[in-house]
Amino acid sequence: MNSKSPNLVGLARKVAMTVNGAERGGDVEPRVLLVDFLRTNLRETGTHVGCDTTSCGACTVLLDGEPVKSCTLLAVQVNGRSITTVEGLAQGGTLSPIQAGFHEEHGLQCGFCTPGMMLVGTALLKRNPHPTEDDIRWAISGNICRCTGYMNIVKSIQYAAKATAEAAAKPPVGVGAAAGGE
Amino acid sequence: MFPAAFDYESPASLEEALGLLAKHGDAAKVMAGGQSLIPLLKLRFAQPSLLVDIGRLKGLSGVARHNGSLKIGALTRHVDIERSKDLGGAWAIFPEAAHWISDPLVRNQGTIGGSVCHADPSGDWGSIMLALDAELVVRSTKGERVIPAANFFQGPFTTALRPDEILTEIRIASSSKHAAGAYNKLERRVGDFATVAVCVQVELDGGGKVSKAGIGLTSVGPTNLKATAAEKALVGREPTDAVIAEVAKLAAAAAEPKDDVRGSAEFKKDVVRVFVQRGLKTAVARAKEVR
Repeated sequence: MNSKSPNLVGLARKVAMTVNGAERGGDVEPRVLLVDFLRTNLRETGTHVGCDTTSCGACTVLLDGEPVKSCTLLAVQVNGRSITTVEGLAQGGTLSPIQAGFHEEHGLQCGFCTPGMMLVGTALLKRNPHPTEDDIRWAISGNICRCTGYMNIVKSIQYAAKATAEAAAKPPVGVGAAAGGE
Repeated sequence: MFPAAFDYESPASLEEALGLLAKHGDAAKVMAGGQSLIPLLKLRFAQPSLLVDIGRLKGLSGVARHNGSLKIGALTRHVDIERSKDLGGAWAIFPEAAHWISDPLVRNQGTIGGSVCHADPSGDWGSIMLALDAELVVRSTKGERVIPAANFFQGPFTTALRPDEILTEIRIASSSKHAAGAYNKLERRVGDFATVAVCVQVELDGGGKVSKAGIGLTSVGPTNLKATAAEKALVGREPTDAVIAEVAKLAAAAAEPKDDVRGSAEFKKDVVRVFVQRGLKTAVARAKEVR
């Protein structure tokens, strides 16, 4: 048995991780879930809590680039690793291709599942830039849209795939001049 | 929901992890990917005083083939098996089954070893372990032992693993090239527990007769079940439609499902029959294709 008094079990410890490219950290009890750490400690509330039972995917974040459910990860488990949340998608005020797709194709209704859907779509296109509709439907199969707006979610991801491919084939005019920073 | 308080260690080596288990015994709980354990912690069905997170240990993940046999590290994630280029031919059952596990996000984090040790009777890997007669290699500070899959699963969420032991590797003995399997699963939606799932694996001899057969059943008993009588009825025979139908009935008889929200026991038994029949036909056709 543990020799410590029950009151002292699970004392907070320091964690540090990269969140959307920035070094973030804090003191957390080992039992704190990543989603609660993100929302409560770091005030990054774009990551939603839906079912809280590993079923719905509203809490999806990218862990080292791969989508996982942050309600089913402890904050201490990702110590030293890299997290991307929906707040990390737009770059310098410009929507990412996936975000533009959800805007153009009406990919959201109530918007609750949207952060998870966009992160799953982002990871999919990185791994598979030319997904079939079936690939997209499999990729989002762990994410539930309570509005049942799947048709437009699929279209949004297709839009992003197409836009990304077109941008790669023919860089828009003026990009070279505007890309001053990193 | 959040778990009851626990202490947390993230050991840097397997030896350190085993030392922690030797010291803390069953007050400690091992976590790999956490995709089964964290939900249990949140529901407070599990309340360990120490969580030993082995998820970062090096050298316990990956797939290796050697002289026709197969080794899979316990920390290999479902997604790595699903996408593995090394698991074709006789071992294609692994990516096929992995694809059915939970949902893509869980597969990015969950591990084969964690799933096997969790021993949920509706888990998918248990049936593959039983059908392929896997050997489970476990370590403690006292050394290593090898547990045959048939002796590993002892009851719902209960295994032959002792509190001071960690599963490190899954080994499958060599297989002929004329071997193949199939995994069929009925689920209400992606991510739900299986209503019924069936793993079959067959090996054919030069004359087209079955030289080895494995049948594992998911979600139809207190553990994943090995349909031993059905396996025996298939070995040494040519897998004709009539033989396959007979074997499928024997497998259905071995199932012990219960009525629940996913269907009646009678229905589930019949799904076992259909899946064994369907799976064997697929597996035999695939085994003949393998060069």
